[in-house]
Amino acid sequence: MNKTHSNRLIFGFLLILLVFMILVNISFGSVNIPLRSVVSSLFTGQGDRETWNYIILNYRLPKAITALLVGSGLSVSGLLMQTLFRNPLAGPYVLGISSGASLGVALLILGSSILGGFWSVLGNSHILTSVAASLGSFLVLTAVMLVSRQLKNTMSILIVGLMFSSLSAAMISVLAYFSSAESLQRFTFWGFGSLGNLTWTELVVFGLIYLLAVISLLPGVKALNSLLLGENYAKSIGINMQRTKNLILLSTSLFTGVITAFAGPIAFIGLAAPHVTKLVLKTSDHRVVLPVAAVVGSFIMLISDTIAQLPGSEYTLPINAITTLFGAPIVIWLLVRKRRMVL
Amino acid sequence: MEKEHQHKTPLKDFQSKCQEPVMSTKSLSIGYASGKRKTVLAENLDLCIESSAVICLLGQNGIGKSTLLRTLSKMQPPLDGDILLEGESIYSIARNELAKKIGLVLTERIPESNLTVYEMVALGRQPYTNWIGKMVEEDKELVRRALEGAQLEELADMRCDELSDGQLQRAMICRAVAQDTKLILLDEPTAHLDIQHKIETFQLLKKLAVELGRSILISTHEVQLATQMADVLWLMNAEGITSGSPEDLIREGRINELFDRNTIHFDKETRQFRFK
Repeated sequence: MNKTHSNRLIFGFLLILLVFMILVNISFGSVNIPLRSVVSSLFTGQGDRETWNYIILNYRLPKAITALLVGSGLSVSGLLMQTLFRNPLAGPYVLGISSGASLGVALLILGSSILGGFWSVLGNSHILTSVAASLGSFLVLTAVMLVSRQLKNTMSILIVGLMFSSLSAAMISVLAYFSSAESLQRFTFWGFGSLGNLTWTELVVFGLIYLLAVISLLPGVKALNSLLLGENYAKSIGINMQRTKNLILLSTSLFTGVITAFAGPIAFIGLAAPHVTKLVLKTSDHRVVLPVAAVVGSFIMLISDTIAQLPGSEYTLPINAITTLFGAPIVIWLLVRKRRMVL
Repeated sequence: MEKEHQHKTPLKDFQSKCQEPVMSTKSLSIGYASGKRKTVLAENLDLCIESSAVICLLGQNGIGKSTLLRTLSKMQPPLDGDILLEGESIYSIARNELAKKIGLVLTERIPESNLTVYEMVALGRQPYTNWIGKMVEEDKELVRRALEGAQLEELADMRCDELSDGQLQRAMICRAVAQDTKLILLDEPTAHLDIQHKIETFQLLKKLAVELGRSILISTHEVQLATQMADVLWLMNAEGITSGSPEDLIREGRINELFDRNTIHFDKETRQFRFK
């Protein structure tokens, strides 16, 4: 009883921290806006200055929301993969879903430049990039799911995911070899990841697919705790494994696909955020871990983005580099302190 | 082989008759099928599990004890035949409903996690809880009673991977008890335990049958304990399964058929196998 109580306290504290972090994230950037103005701008629509108002509502707020969705989605995906495969190393990357998305985008950006002429115009479209990434991740996931039906061992599915991820990387290399320097640069920039640049319309599409991922996860939530006992025990306490696997894989691919489509392949959060959560919480109950992992993921993403903006300067660092630079030492530090990494 | 068949009493005579069968099998064949290749481990099994009975399944390594348990618990499809649970085929029962009737304790270790003993035992209530697994008063009460019965209350807040082998095994049995099933199947529950914990585990299982009316099927290598504790023994060898009370099976010398008779034999006085 005491434990549930303290977990609620932690969750409440994290939520308050998250709200504060959202405000800080919006406040910092190439132009620093005082927190007071951010609050009045968000809640009354009347900022202290017209330009600040414009920046906040059309640029910084969508970016903060993107950070929330990206961070929480990746963190939840990572947690789901770790539980499903009962392997603390699993994450959206391992299943090849992210690589599938990258391959889709590579085919669009690099492929269209190779074809040249009329086709090269296609590579510039933002919406088309998203579609290509979603298609890529969906295709790889379907392939992994089809192969996994033949395999009973979850460890083999993990290896199949890794193989697909290597295959995608190899195909991207071949494409890169033949494409122009300019399109290669564009693909590289997409690979850095970016939370900005989303219009409100794109954000609505993002949000709807994110919601779809959450909804498809709901019927599988109960089974997650049972999976901690291993597949056979899970079955013996009434879990339909095939259905559970399908639900979790579907949800993960929707999360990862849409996130990679709109923000690029964001590394590290999917692996690190669930572990930070589990090391802090001391429980494996998914009814607690899942929401907290989502908050922790969003939190890390917001901090990373705030740092990446290099407040006060005109430069923006690649978000992908920051998440890793910032997060890896924390995970190592936590591991050394707690001496164990668990599901 | 020919000779042995001649002087052997037909299996039917040894079949203890079930008054109230919880589970029975109809010409069940077990084994593995991959593609066109079939490995048959046992054929034409007509077994029955009596209500509130403790049954011990004895047999050599690799003879098919685990396969039988896996088949009976619907973890693995049979090659042929049917399994009836209170008169209904287990293949027409949904997994969640089946989980309210059959509890399972396996030899495999559970993956390392932050799961506490209480949380693990509470998972036994999973078939009864709502979509998110929320436990109502009744569930909590059953978990509490199960922990109490296995004397695990004090360990309830410990992580499962902090327990000793004996404690963990008791906790796994406790989870099956909380699952509140008529039938509990256990695959070598005493495999890694010292003699003290072996006896305690058997006593706990016997108590479940006598006090709570559960039927218990245990696969084990503990011949001595099994002959003392079990109501019925299932002796499994390459020819099939012989079922009967320990006394009858020992008197008829059937227990000798478990192993190679040229190297070891069963001593009726000490109820142990000895070198020849």
